[in-house]
Amino acid sequence: MAQKVVEAYETGSGAGKNAPFVPIVHESLDLQADRLLPSQSNPFDINGGACVAMVGKDCVAIACDLRLGMQSLTISNNFPKIFNYAPSTYLGLTGLATDVNTVSDLFRYKVNMYRLREERDIAPQTLANLVSSSLYEKRFGPYFVSPVLAGINPTTGKPFICGFDSIGCIDFAKDFIVSGTASDQLFGTCEGLWEPDLAPEDLFETISQALLSAVDRDALSGWGAQVYIIEKDKVTQRLLKGRQD
Amino acid sequence: MDKLVAQYSRPPHQNEMYSEQEQQDLTASVPPLSLKFSLPPVDNHSAFLRAMTDDHSNPSCPIKLAHGTTTLAFRFQGGIIVCTDSRATAGNWIASQTVKKVIPVSRLSRGEDKKSNEPTPGLLGTMAGGAADCQYWLRYLSQQCTLHEIRHKRRITVAAASKILANLTYAYKGYGLSMGTMLAGMTPQEGPALYYIDSDGTRLPGNLFCVGSGQTFAYGVLDAEYKYELTEEEALNLGRRAILAAMHRDAYSGGFINLYHVKEEGWVHHGFDDMNPIFWDTKLQKGEFSNVTSAL
Repeated sequence: MAQKVVEAYETGSGAGKNAPFVPIVHESLDLQADRLLPSQSNPFDINGGACVAMVGKDCVAIACDLRLGMQSLTISNNFPKIFNYAPSTYLGLTGLATDVNTVSDLFRYKVNMYRLREERDIAPQTLANLVSSSLYEKRFGPYFVSPVLAGINPTTGKPFICGFDSIGCIDFAKDFIVSGTASDQLFGTCEGLWEPDLAPEDLFETISQALLSAVDRDALSGWGAQVYIIEKDKVTQRLLKGRQD
Repeated sequence: MDKLVAQYSRPPHQNEMYSEQEQQDLTASVPPLSLKFSLPPVDNHSAFLRAMTDDHSNPSCPIKLAHGTTTLAFRFQGGIIVCTDSRATAGNWIASQTVKKVIPVSRLSRGEDKKSNEPTPGLLGTMAGGAADCQYWLRYLSQQCTLHEIRHKRRITVAAASKILANLTYAYKGYGLSMGTMLAGMTPQEGPALYYIDSDGTRLPGNLFCVGSGQTFAYGVLDAEYKYELTEEEALNLGRRAILAAMHRDAYSGGFINLYHVKEEGWVHHGFDDMNPIFWDTKLQKGEFSNVTSAL
């Protein structure tokens, strides 16, 4: 390896005009090479945020925190990450804040076009496929978001939740979906608190406790939370007073 | 005969003097840095350790050290206020919300030994940076201060104690220690004294310091309200308010407000209180923190 590098360098500086420039890199310097690169942080962890959706008996719930930060600095305590696309269909978006805005606006446009063409509201299952294919369109330069979808199908009346990775793989679940910087913690609290066939009020209590407990163990999310309880013909929105640190 | 007379005619206080050997011991009272730490078996161990543990330059580093902090201390007319948060983070994970970041230094007068709420004589040290580094080296400093107290029959000055720590951190410069600490104390020789010492080997005396990831937020509040003539109650409230601001805005600070007051007779603990009720009181009763939504 080292021998080859030196040869390429010599031909480059000698007669060969078009010889490629090969930088000299010693393998033993790899540790420092890390430090020479500008510090690159994970786009999913810059702004922070958490989102969770849960299924209950004839109802679903979706909740998110309210923080928007830049690394350690908290910029805003009023940045909801859940967006409404039909009377009983909600989409939560965590990840890079600029992409949360872009993607939520993009789906507002797409869902509005759908409603005009079809003259009916979009069903959560349909929106799930729309989200999936729209994210995959950006397969080689993705939006840095992890969406969570929750809703009740307007024709069947059945609850529906699902989650996605940033390039559109759908994760169907019968119990709960989590996303964001506190997702590890949310998996723990949801596994511990969730049970099947919760009534709307119990589901609210469960999802609220799960979210608040999870974000209290994550530095990048919290600072208050928003919860939607979605029933067949009724949606309740609540603001949770969370720890402000 | 002369010899005998000389032997018994020494002035009475002469026996109280230190012997030659004792004097030697006293001048060499600061120990040599003979503590043996094993180092990783690589050519450049400091670069290796940095690459393994520094998550600022390399977020995927394999060893995440616990840090992230706001600590502050300031001198005022009535002594010194020392105040800290209580959060320890490893990356974005909140490892603990109940860390005691104020460490009483000097064992002979440690708080645990006493039952009453009387002021406890001795120094206070604060922790910022690597939790293990701070804990270990402040304990080491505590040992040295205690030895000083035994050898010299009087308490160590803050200047001397801070210099032991600064010499130590300077000797280990480049080995990857991470600590930013303040030493506060009051001695008859110096009056109220406050020093800042960090792992670069810096040692600064001063009136007001904030250290840690939330230091800028604390400085913001402190610089606006601080003056040397503060009353005791004003000073305690200012320390608490500055830490509260930092806990609110800095993701890596939070938990409980740990408040101390150092005065002539020693230090007094003024509580280890959850920030959340204090925050909502400050917001709803005083109308501060209007950026936070409390209604839909």
